[in-house]
Formats: sequence, C-alpha cells, structure tokens
Amino acid sequence: MFWRHFTLVGCFSIGMLLLAGRVLYLHITQTEFLKRQGDVRSMSVESIPVHRGIIYDRNHEPLAVSTPVYSFWLDPTRTHLSQEEIKDIANLLPNVSVSGLTNKLVNSKSKYVLIRKYLTPFVVAQIKALDIRGLSFDRAYKRYYPAGETVAHVIGMTGNNSGMEGVELQFENTLKGLEGSKRVLKDRLGQTVKVLEHIKRPRSGNDVVLSVDLRLQFFAYRELKSAVDQSGAESGSLVMLDVESGRVLALVNQPSYNPNDRSRFEYSNVRNRTITDVYEPGSTVKPLAMVAALTSGKFDVNSKIDTSPGHLRIGTKLIPDPSNYGVLSVGQVLAKSSQVGISKIALKLDDRAVYDVYSRVGFGQQTGIELPGERSGSLTDRNIRSPLVRATLAYGYGLTVTPLQLAQAYLTLANGGIRKSVSILQSDQVIQGTRVFDETAVLNVTRMLREVATEKGTAPQARVAGYDIAGKTGTARMLNKSGGGYDDTRHVTFFAGMAPAVDPKIVVVVIVSDPHSKTVGGGSVAAPIFSRVVARALRILSVSPPVEAA
Amino acid sequence: MSGGDFVRSMPLGQGLVRNQPIYRIHIDLWLLLALGLVVSFGLIMLYSAVDKNPVLFTAQLLRVGAGFAILFIIAHVPPRYYFRWSPFLYAIVLLMLVAVLFVGVTAKGSQRWLNLPGLPRFQPSEMMKVAVPLMVAWFLNDRPLPPRLRHLAWALLMILVPAVLVGLQPDLGTAILIITAGLGVIFLSGIYWRWLGYASLAVALSLPALWFVMQGYQKERVLTLFDPERDPLGAGWNIIQSKTAIGSGGLYGKGLFAGTQSHLEFLPESHTDFIIAVIGEELGFFGIAALLLLYLCVIVRCLYMSSQMQDTFGRLVIGGLTLTFFVYLFVNIAMVIGLLPVVGVPLPLISYGGTSVITLLASFGIIMSIYTHRRR
Repeated sequence: MFWRHFTLVGCFSIGMLLLAGRVLYLHITQTEFLKRQGDVRSMSVESIPVHRGIIYDRNHEPLAVSTPVYSFWLDPTRTHLSQEEIKDIANLLPNVSVSGLTNKLVNSKSKYVLIRKYLTPFVVAQIKALDIRGLSFDRAYKRYYPAGETVAHVIGMTGNNSGMEGVELQFENTLKGLEGSKRVLKDRLGQTVKVLEHIKRPRSGNDVVLSVDLRLQFFAYRELKSAVDQSGAESGSLVMLDVESGRVLALVNQPSYNPNDRSRFEYSNVRNRTITDVYEPGSTVKPLAMVAALTSGKFDVNSKIDTSPGHLRIGTKLIPDPSNYGVLSVGQVLAKSSQVGISKIALKLDDRAVYDVYSRVGFGQQTGIELPGERSGSLTDRNIRSPLVRATLAYGYGLTVTPLQLAQAYLTLANGGIRKSVSILQSDQVIQGTRVFDETAVLNVTRMLREVATEKGTAPQARVAGYDIAGKTGTARMLNKSGGGYDDTRHVTFFAGMAPAVDPKIVVVVIVSDPHSKTVGGGSVAAPIFSRVVARALRILSVSPPVEAA
Repeated sequence: MSGGDFVRSMPLGQGLVRNQPIYRIHIDLWLLLALGLVVSFGLIMLYSAVDKNPVLFTAQLLRVGAGFAILFIIAHVPPRYYFRWSPFLYAIVLLMLVAVLFVGVTAKGSQRWLNLPGLPRFQPSEMMKVAVPLMVAWFLNDRPLPPRLRHLAWALLMILVPAVLVGLQPDLGTAILIITAGLGVIFLSGIYWRWLGYASLAVALSLPALWFVMQGYQKERVLTLFDPERDPLGAGWNIIQSKTAIGSGGLYGKGLFAGTQSHLEFLPESHTDFIIAVIGEELGFFGIAALLLLYLCVIVRCLYMSSQMQDTFGRLVIGGLTLTFFVYLFVNIAMVIGLLPVVGVPLPLISYGGTSVITLLASFGIIMSIYTHRRR
C-alpha cells in the first residue's frame, strides 16, 4: 500500500502544478490586461489648478487676486459619518447647521455631495484635524476683487475661473496660465494616496498691469455715484485719460456692481457704458467743428458771426438759440454754445470739412482699447451735401459716439492736434501719435474753451480752484424710448475737458444720462463732477498750479 | 474497546518510554523547518497585507507562537492517548457543532463561533477537521483492510454527519475540508480501486443535483466563477480584484510592501482569505511558486512520515491530516485565482486568524507525535 502514498504525492504535485500554471497564465497571458485594469482602478489623472494672474493698477495696487479655496465634498455611499462627526464638522463650517448637513447626507443618493464651496485653507485645516476618513477637498482658486465696484467695469469678472467681462476676458490667455496635470494613486475611497508623476507642469498665469490709478478711480467713482444718486439720473460714465501717453487713468460707470458678490447681479449693471453705449454728443463736438473752421482759412480767431435773430431756418427746420446773442466772436460761439453761430460757420465750410475733422479724431471707428465689447458709434457722410445735415453735424447731432471716443477726440485737442491711440495697459513705451490738425488752430480752440468755465461761459461750475481748465458742456436730447424722434423730457448731459488749460495733463469726459434735476444743462450736472474729480486728480498727479494763478 | 488492540499492535509503545532516554525530544526537525519557513513567509506577507498595522501583526505573531507551543506539547503526548481519546474528542466536537447551531455567535452571515465561558471564542468546525480523521482512523484501525462495505458505510456516516452540521452553519469550505479529510483516511486504508471508481462516478453524476440544494449565495458564487463580470461590483468584486492583483504582479511582482490593489483597499479580505493575491501582486509568480514549493515540502515530508508508519491508525491519521492540509491550501488558492467558487477557506498557516493556524499546528503536533513515537 506504499504506492497509495505515491499516488497522493502525484495528485498533490499535479494540483500544485495546476495552481502554478493558472497563476502563470494570469501573469503571462493577462498581465497587460490585468495591469491596465489594476491601474484603471487605482490611478487617475488629475488636473492641477493654477494661480490666475494678478491684475494691478499703475501703482501696483492689486485689483484682482486669486486666493486658494477648497470645495468640501464626500461620497455618502462610502463614507458614513456618525452623528458626533457630523456635529463636529457642522460646527466648523460657516452657515451649515447640524440638521441641514444630516439631511444633505441622508437624503442624497449621489456619490458626490458637495457640502460647501469656497472654504478657506484655515477652515480646511481645522476639519482635517478632526481626523475623519473619507472627506475630500478639491483645491481651486477664487477670484477676489479688493477694489470691488470701483473698478468693476475695467476688470470685469470671471466665471468658472475664466474671464467673462472686461480685462479678465480680454487678457484671458495671459492671465489664466496653463493647468498642469498629474497621475495620482487613489484608494477605494477616492482619496489621493500618492502623486506618481507630473504629466504637465502647471504654469501660473501672468500678471497684467493696467494704466488706471486706483486712487483716481476711487474718487471718480465716488463723485459720479453721488451725482448720479442725487440727480436721480439713469446712468453715468466718466473717462480720464493721460494726455501724454493716451492711457486710461480712470474709467467708471454708474450703475456698477460688486464683482465679489454675485447674489444681486443684474446684467445691465455690468455693461461698461464708456465703450458700449453710444450718444449723440451734442455741443461737446463744437470745438471740433471750430477746428475745421480755423484750419479752413475762411475763419480766424477774430472772425465775427452774427447770430441774430436767435434762430436759423434751414429748409423747414428751425435751429434755435436760447436767446438772441447778436454778433459773437468765434470764441463766444463756443463759450455761449450758440447753435446758430456754429451752424452758420459750418455752412460756409467745404461740404466735408466738419465730417473730416470728426473722422480724423476717430469718430465712427473703434478706439482699439483693450476691453471687450467696444462699439464704434456712427458717423456717415451720406447726404453730406445737405445744409441741414452739415449744420446738425456741427452741433453734435446725426452722429453717435461712445464716451471713450469723445475723450479720445479731446485727447487730440489736448495734444495740440496729435492723435494718440488709447490704451488701458501700463507701459513705458512712448506713444508718438500722428498729427491730424494744425497745431495753431487747435491751440486757439483750446484757448477759447477756457472761456466756458467762467462766469461768461455755460459751465462756471466746472472751474477748479487754482487751475485753469478748458472744456465744453453738452446737452443732447435722448431718443424716444418708444422710437420715433426725440424725447423732450430726457437728456444726456456732458462735460468734456482738459486740465490744466495750458499744457494739459489729463482729459476728462463726464456723461450723465437722464438726470431729473430742474436744470439739466451739462453745466449744472456734469460740470461739477468734472470740477471735483479734476481737482483731486491734479493733486494726486502732482500737477503744479500755473504761477500766475498762485 | 480498541485501546487495548492498539497497544497490542504497537508493543513498543510502552517500551519506548522505558528504553528511550527521558529527555528525548519528539519533534521532527525536517517538518518543523518546513513549517517554520512557511510561517515566516506568511508573517512577512501578513505584515504587508495588514499595512504594517502593529496591533494586527502582533496579535497574529502571538497566535503563531501559541500554535507552536501547542504543537510542541501535543508532539510529546504519546499517540496512544490520541487513539484512546479519538471517539471522545469526536463526540465532544460533534456536540459543540450541534450547540453552535442553537447558541452560536453569528458573524458575517453565518453561525460558526462558540462562546464558552473561560475560553476564547473559537470555531468547533475547525476542530472537526482534526477530529474526523482521528475518528475514522480509530474506527478502521482494527477492521479488516481493505475495509468492507458496511465498515465503509459507518465511516462515511462518521464523516457526513459533522460535515452536514458544518454545512448548515453555513460553512461550505470547512464542510468540504472535513469530507476530504475523512475520505483521505478511507483512501489510504486501501479501499478497492474499483469502489473508488464507482464512488467517483457517482459523485460526478450527482454534482448537478448539488445545484438544487445549494443556497442562493452559493449558486451566485458558482456563477461568478464562470463569469465574474456578471456582477462586477457585487459578487464578482473580490474575484476580479484578486485576479487583477495577481495578474498585475507579473513574474517578479511589484516588490514587497509595494502592491497597490491590496494596500489601497481595492482588495477586500486581503489579509485573511485573499492573502495569496497580495503575495502574487508583490512577489509575482515566483513568490507564489516558492510558497507552493514550501507547502509541497511540508506535504511530502508528512506523506513520507505516513508511509513509514507500520500501524494503521498512525498511517491513516497522518495521511488524512496531510490530505486536509493540501485540500485546504488548494481550495484557497484555487478560489482566489478563479478556479473554484469562493468558499471561506483561509490560506493555511498564513491567513490572519487564530483558530485555523492553531488547529493546523496542533494537527502537525499529532503527526509528529505519531511519527516520533513509532516503532523502529
């Protein structure tokens, strides 16, 4: 019976070989497949969120920064928290109650329950200190805007970590950086155990330095807001440009919004009206018509215009002045803002003279500022032979401009006839610009514009203590909302000007739409804003007052 | 009744004690060495499988130590006591099995544990794996060999009654081990090959009938064996995971402590029944082959010892226990690599757990006792 043992040894050996063979089979024939299966179960590729670039003002004050935040989630089908643990967690979370959290976890059949977004690293550290397994935190960056609504229209905002408006949208590619990716080892609960390799190194976004000055932005915003609030106006805009470089120093709108708090979010407030809204510029473009007159050779600074009897009939259309100003010098035509005077001048010029000046300062074309959604306004030479068209063009109707285009036109005046492109980016590069007008003519017109902010002019409120300024008021009737002609009760009031009057440093355009105060002229609504903002700006920019005024 | 017969068939039994020096150590060094290697190998792998958890590891270390102490003691008890006490042991364990069905402690869906005052919690079914071969060998010891049909019938009854009781817990794995232990004894007793052929044929034919008496979860496991992907997150999970773990190890493995599947909790029960998957993942094919070789050393040594025995009882007991040991490891590994349905059988001497390792070492103690006290 000895052989029974051999039989058993044989059987056992065969059994062992069977096992070994099977293992070998798994290894050799299925290694690749099973290895991949193993990897699929435990490895995954995760993205590495990157830091979005910071947006600075010209003095390197941060206007938009990204701070790390965490989303806190867990999978209730795998992680079962005790009542005690739920209580501990809820106590650490802002605005989360114990019962609320319990309901969230009990009622959810999802494998992904988001408990709270935007947790600060501090809170996350506290929760992690509880040492409860199965909690997951996803790191992300939240955009935070320290200046809030003051710079909202310039900066814009982000959604889902990509730009939606303003500079955030325009410079998306610069700011966003390159998301990295890594291969990580995860356990069955989905927790990352180990980073195996970095597939793509993340590259943080680049910063963007803007030409705006947060201080100017702040004062401009404050003044515009209080004026718009007090006058009950529908909206308002203010643009301030640096004369030498053509860069935007301040750009504000009312109404505005707080990009940090989207809960009370209205899309109409997000619109950057300085570039998206177009207005008929009214009297503010008369200085440009005057440039056309002085460069034509048909008028000079001593020319006299007879505006009596206080109105002018062209065809069936009656162009009125507020009163009969009689014979005016060309300077007085601007100071008094005489419709009759400027119309008579325009009619004596070549058909295209005024149109050409408008065209050369950039009306009808986008300024090319680095902000999304800019409109070009409209300027057409259709029917330019019609006297009525030429006259209305001269006093600012029949064309539309954005506030920024108007500011760019005054920038050309302030630079003595050299047109410069406008920009919102800070740069040390010197902008040459192109001469579009004769310097003498432009200087004569700006000298005339100093008269406006005097007792003899339309806007004594625009004066700035200690400085001379040059500017022009404007009031345009708004188009009827229901369509069909103008609405006589609703106006847009303007003040466009430069300071100081001699060797100007800044150009400011103020627009207030549909103010409800009794006197609606540009002199009474927009001019005081101009005065206060410019006074601040000149001090902040350290512009010394002229010696004779001191 | 037969105690005397046994003593008669082993006249040197008493003489042994008299003639040998009193300090004789009744340990078979070859077997001890093989066992030591298997257990050391197992402890290292267990350390990895429990993720270097010191509490679990120390607990197992203590059990293994206790197991060897018991082996040592048992090996020094002369085999005539085992012979004499076999029926009583069998009867007591049988009673405990009945008790388990009524007052047993339920864990993981089956009632296997008995909580007796003053004793640690244990599974009587594990003890049955030793009690049955002892009982059958005792029974056949003074019967004519090859056994007659009616003796065979009695022997089968002795095997099937405890097997059914264990199967009712339900614990199919242990029931199978009990049956094979008993059948191994019968086989070594010299049963006619012809009968063996008939029996095999009968079993093969009745296998389909087994399907109808199986519990739902057992059927599920059989189906899962053939197609693990039919319920990959439920019944198939373990088997897919373990195959994945073993397969991903390749020929040489990922290195000790470097397995991903087992350490990342993808592989449930990785330190108990499925520990071979950890070995496969971390040490690869050669790791498993080395372990199989170590097991084979143990088995061949035991079978050699069995073949050296002149008396029926000793030969049968050693053979039966060895066969149990083999089936033990075969069923475990086969189920983990997807050759057999999943039944709850630990990897002998390696899986985490107390009763199994202590019972196994105790049975090796009996083997050593029988062998070292033999007549030369």
